[in-house]
Amino acid sequence: MKNISKKLMAMGVACTMLSGGIVSSAMAEELRMTIWSANEGHLALFNGIADGFVASHPDVTVKFDSLPFSNYTTTVTTQIAGGNAPDLAWILETTAADFVNSGALYPLNDALNAAEGYELSDVSKPPLGLWSKDDAILAMPFSTSPFAMFVNNDLIKAAGAQSPAELIAAGEWNWENAIKTASAVGATGKGGLIVRDFKYQNWKNLASIWSGWDAAPWSADGKDCAFAEPEMVSAMNFIHDAIFEKNAIPGPGESVDFFAGDAALTITQISRASLLPKENGFDWDLVPLPAGPAGEYSLIGQAAIGVFAAGKNAELAAEFLAYMTNPENSAKLAQFFPSIRGSLLNAKTLGETNALLSEDQLKKVVIEGIANGSVIPGHTGFAQIEQIVRAGLDAVWVPDANVEDALANVCSRIQPLLTR
Amino acid sequence: MSQASHIVAKSPRAFWTIKRRDQVAGTLFIAPQLIGIIVFVLIPLGLVFWYSLHEWNVLANSFKFVGSANYKMLLADPALPEVLTATGIFSAGLVIFNMSLALLIAVLLNQKLWGIVVFRTLFFSPVVVSLVAWTIVWSFLLQNNGGINAVLQTMGIEGPNWLRNPGTAMFSIIVVQVFKNVGLNMILFLAALQGVPKELYEAARVDGASAFKQFRRITLPLISPTILLTSIITIVGSLQVFAQIAVLTQGGPGMSTTVLVYYLYQQAFQFHFFGYGATLSIMLFIIVAVLTFAQWQLRKRIVFYEN
Repeated sequence: MKNISKKLMAMGVACTMLSGGIVSSAMAEELRMTIWSANEGHLALFNGIADGFVASHPDVTVKFDSLPFSNYTTTVTTQIAGGNAPDLAWILETTAADFVNSGALYPLNDALNAAEGYELSDVSKPPLGLWSKDDAILAMPFSTSPFAMFVNNDLIKAAGAQSPAELIAAGEWNWENAIKTASAVGATGKGGLIVRDFKYQNWKNLASIWSGWDAAPWSADGKDCAFAEPEMVSAMNFIHDAIFEKNAIPGPGESVDFFAGDAALTITQISRASLLPKENGFDWDLVPLPAGPAGEYSLIGQAAIGVFAAGKNAELAAEFLAYMTNPENSAKLAQFFPSIRGSLLNAKTLGETNALLSEDQLKKVVIEGIANGSVIPGHTGFAQIEQIVRAGLDAVWVPDANVEDALANVCSRIQPLLTR
Repeated sequence: MSQASHIVAKSPRAFWTIKRRDQVAGTLFIAPQLIGIIVFVLIPLGLVFWYSLHEWNVLANSFKFVGSANYKMLLADPALPEVLTATGIFSAGLVIFNMSLALLIAVLLNQKLWGIVVFRTLFFSPVVVSLVAWTIVWSFLLQNNGGINAVLQTMGIEGPNWLRNPGTAMFSIIVVQVFKNVGLNMILFLAALQGVPKELYEAARVDGASAFKQFRRITLPLISPTILLTSIITIVGSLQVFAQIAVLTQGGPGMSTTVLVYYLYQQAFQFHFFGYGATLSIMLFIIVAVLTFAQWQLRKRIVFYEN
């Protein structure tokens, strides 16, 4: 009998502790933000910013959930479908239209206006356009990273070709000459030009080349396919020729890494400077993208932070977002992610946090790139369009391709999706 | 007497007859499995059917009943013929290649030779290797400048671009899958071969039957239940191929390796059409059920005996 009463008491204590735990956990609010970086430096920076927020909100905890980049959006939407939406998420520029138009995001205007010292007027308006709908700001771009070209001068010198710096000095930095240099290095058995992350799948990265022809995948309003337009056909023929005739771009199914010293040139975002080898490196340079037949141009990638309306703590999450992107924290973020705040877009401020890049490189590539750059293409229902275009462009990536027919075929397949 | 039995029949103890007790005990014994099937198979199956009648926009958080609209979309889907063709080619190629190779290896390894266990282990070992790791290693080998073409080059042969050529991409995926799982069918065939009575071969030899005739007239009929089992397992497994496609080709080049499960994944998880994805799942379920039923019916013709 004594034993039974002891057991009952123990159960009672356990239940009390359990219910206490439940009550206290209900009082403490956890904000969860999905990100696609697992970089230690990025996480340390985010956690440092979160600590500052938690200091003024003792009942709040902030957790950063790193998801693999390759399936990032799929994982986030699956979490939403499973009723486990994150409170905040990084969002890619290509999926901006889907997220902004779906009503999934919580409007941020009130939180941004209420945040002390936020200085919304300091934020450049054009980059905000992609993330706004009917005057409502639905996500805040925190990283606007221009595409540029990294150069391995050692390989170029060994091939006896002209380096981009020499071509820039001579006023001849254009795609014809860039491909000549890449082709000369390709002839030595090394890689010529790598469009990083393209891999004959991620075709939107080719915008870093075709923009020089003033080509675009669809019209500005997104309703008409432009793959079959003369500018795009010309640009794609140029790329096809560079791959299969001039051996200037490694072909499909070939794996070459610029940052391992195996290629002359690579087009990527400047944040990839962190991949440059620390030891036994090579003589590298960073230059703007070459001019195309349509003149000079630049391309930028964007990432924004949004708050999910379906999240449990949308209002609090919006408050955290405002804190995370306030002037002070934007300056901290700028060491990895170029800001769209005008006050931070100068060579001096960027130079303080980008030790690898010279003031001249920052001015020519980052500041001018962000000021004049067009954003990498995106569209409502982009994932589906992306797959269909990918399948259609496979017909281009063969030596004897009829580029014009293949591009016309791409248009016939995606046109119904663009107008739906 | 009749009154006494009436009183006994009315007693509450009589409810727990031996039969009832056995029934309850039996039910309790199978309950864990039964609950598992209900929770993880039947309820999800019902839910998938329910979702297939809806348009589910995850981002907009809308869930709208659309009746048979998704099924009509399925019938009008221009990509579906290509997807079903790719699925058919993969399944047929896998079943033919896997089963004939498994049987060949099993016959070769069904001998009492020194060290034969080492070979059996070697052929079985890919089965226990992680599927994704196995596929990633093959992706390096199959690159245009990868290991296989490097070996071919030493022999003066210029290998094709295995994963980028529509003619070789599907073949490559089939080979990767066959080498991964052939060991499983081989073990099943080996067990069946070892169950064939030796006296039958002795009698056949006495009668002057050739080795091929012995295989055709004795071995094949006696291992036919195993052939049926492995063919069902292999066909059902072939319809579920996903990781190999996702790692090696992402459905390309073009749509040439976009099989049904990968297409379903794209529709539901990449394009966010969960309702249509559920409809494709129902179609996959029906295909698997019909094929399994047809094979089961075929056993009367191809299986010569059943235990």
